[in-house]
Amino acid sequence: MSIDLQTVKKIASLSRISVTDAEAEAMVPELNNILGWVEQLGEVDVTGVEPMTAVIPNHQRLRDDVITDGNVRDKVLANAPQAEHGFFAVPKVIE
Amino acid sequence: MTNLTDLTVAEIRDGFRAGDFSAREVAEGFNANVAAAKALNAFIVETPEKALAAADAADKAKATGETLGALAGVPIGMKDLFCTEGTQTTAASHMLEGFVPTYESTVSGKLWAAGAGMLGKLNLDQFAMGSSNETSYYGSVISPWRRNDGGNAALAPGGSSGGSSSAISARLCPAATGTDTGGSIRQPAAFTGISGIKPTYGRCSRFGIVAFASSLDQAGPMARTVRDNAILLETMSGFDPKDSTSLDLAVPQWEANLSSDLKGKKVGIPKEYRPDGLNAEISAMWDRGIEWLKDAGAEVVEVSLPHTQYALPTYYIIAPAEASSNLARYDGVRYGQRDLPDGAGLQDMYAATRAAGFGPEVKRRIMIGTYVLSAGFYDAYYTQAQKVRALIARDFELAFEKCDLLLTPTAPSASFALGEKQADPLAMYLNDVFTVPASLAGLPAMAIPGGLDAAGLPIGLQVIGKALDEQTVLNASLAIEERAGFTARPDKWW
Repeated sequence: MSIDLQTVKKIASLSRISVTDAEAEAMVPELNNILGWVEQLGEVDVTGVEPMTAVIPNHQRLRDDVITDGNVRDKVLANAPQAEHGFFAVPKVIE
Repeated sequence: MTNLTDLTVAEIRDGFRAGDFSAREVAEGFNANVAAAKALNAFIVETPEKALAAADAADKAKATGETLGALAGVPIGMKDLFCTEGTQTTAASHMLEGFVPTYESTVSGKLWAAGAGMLGKLNLDQFAMGSSNETSYYGSVISPWRRNDGGNAALAPGGSSGGSSSAISARLCPAATGTDTGGSIRQPAAFTGISGIKPTYGRCSRFGIVAFASSLDQAGPMARTVRDNAILLETMSGFDPKDSTSLDLAVPQWEANLSSDLKGKKVGIPKEYRPDGLNAEISAMWDRGIEWLKDAGAEVVEVSLPHTQYALPTYYIIAPAEASSNLARYDGVRYGQRDLPDGAGLQDMYAATRAAGFGPEVKRRIMIGTYVLSAGFYDAYYTQAQKVRALIARDFELAFEKCDLLLTPTAPSASFALGEKQADPLAMYLNDVFTVPASLAGLPAMAIPGGLDAAGLPIGLQVIGKALDEQTVLNASLAIEERAGFTARPDKWW
């Protein structure tokens, strides 16, 4: 299947990346090239194969449900583009 | 007197302990080399004061008879993908320009605790996405190597750990950290005539490493000798409760157990790694490698990894899918750049921030990942890729019933000129054809230089081992190193 300009714009929107019309146009053949190439995976017989989620056998560790850190508000905010009154600040979300 | 910056990690460690030279002399030597090598663009940030501080601490500890750390007196380079407390960490992106972590990555913290000093933060492909170091926001890294044709074409140091590979081969540091998601330690090592090992997935903690594709990302060392890699890997490895995929296993004594005697070992040669049209010099180097391992006592058998051809397309679904999730955190709110157009709302701010903060290759991969994870396409792309990944891992399991390790080329060619492959993303992706399969299976794999091609550029070999068997990988690499006698180094032009 191949993707068109509308699809590229939709993917960009889902990715939260703004693109100009010219950028989106340029991406159509680029993304089609890559997606066309990965589509060869469709020819592999995967009957009865479980999808792999972990490469090296490991167990899910659990720890005691206790507080292990905290009181680092200023460190957490140290790199924020805009921090006010101990919070991350963003443009108005609700009118 | 010996030039201290020509020494290996082991020689620096031992010479410092023996009192042949001070740690400060070593740090000053490397600081001078770093300062004089701006033309290579290997460092994003230089930290000579940190290298000196660690050296002075080592000299003082030695003078007062304190116990010395495993890397006391050894300065190293740190790939700028590892968060370093108080020192800018960018992942070579505009997005994280000015980001100064308030915490230390586990791997870098272990290295400093062992006495190593930091020479600086090394350039890389943006968010570790690339095979030539051309996607860095801070400019391409230049390889110190040049073709012997008299031209001065700037060559790629490989990627994504291209600052590391360039700096080590130019003697700006004796060793450095790298990270490897699909070949980002091994391919740059091969391009610059050095060695580097990606350990088994889970050996090195991922805590504090800027995430690319979490099921594949592994840290590892890069250096000029196998012994140096063993020394660094011992310090970098170990269980970390802060990484849910960290392996809770003791760290083996890889250096003490180094042995190039391969009697009783079987080396598998995967026939699928020799496709029609494989570069003749790469093919000949592989044949030489086979003879070297036979000479070291190993028996050679042919094996088959039938799903090899599907490894790259599998990788280019799984890695972008994971990247699209991991990079969702760059939203202009908590850290990094923010682009807020006049009158823009929150959603517009996200989209504008990410458009301005990410480079073209990063955007491309985020969008591919978003597409293959989107409703209606998830099963056809992502689930199918996870299933093929299981088959690729099974290929290795079956092969390892017949052999103890595999020998293959590392990269399909020697280094290429900057700009040569940038126009076609697919051509660039093919660089990782020999390194990606071991990444998908989480296996330890090492790149080791073998010789120079007709153009005077390094080409090398890759050793792949069973999960957790880094020792055999290191030992076979040592056998190659001893027989290859690779002493070539780039002529200084920078």
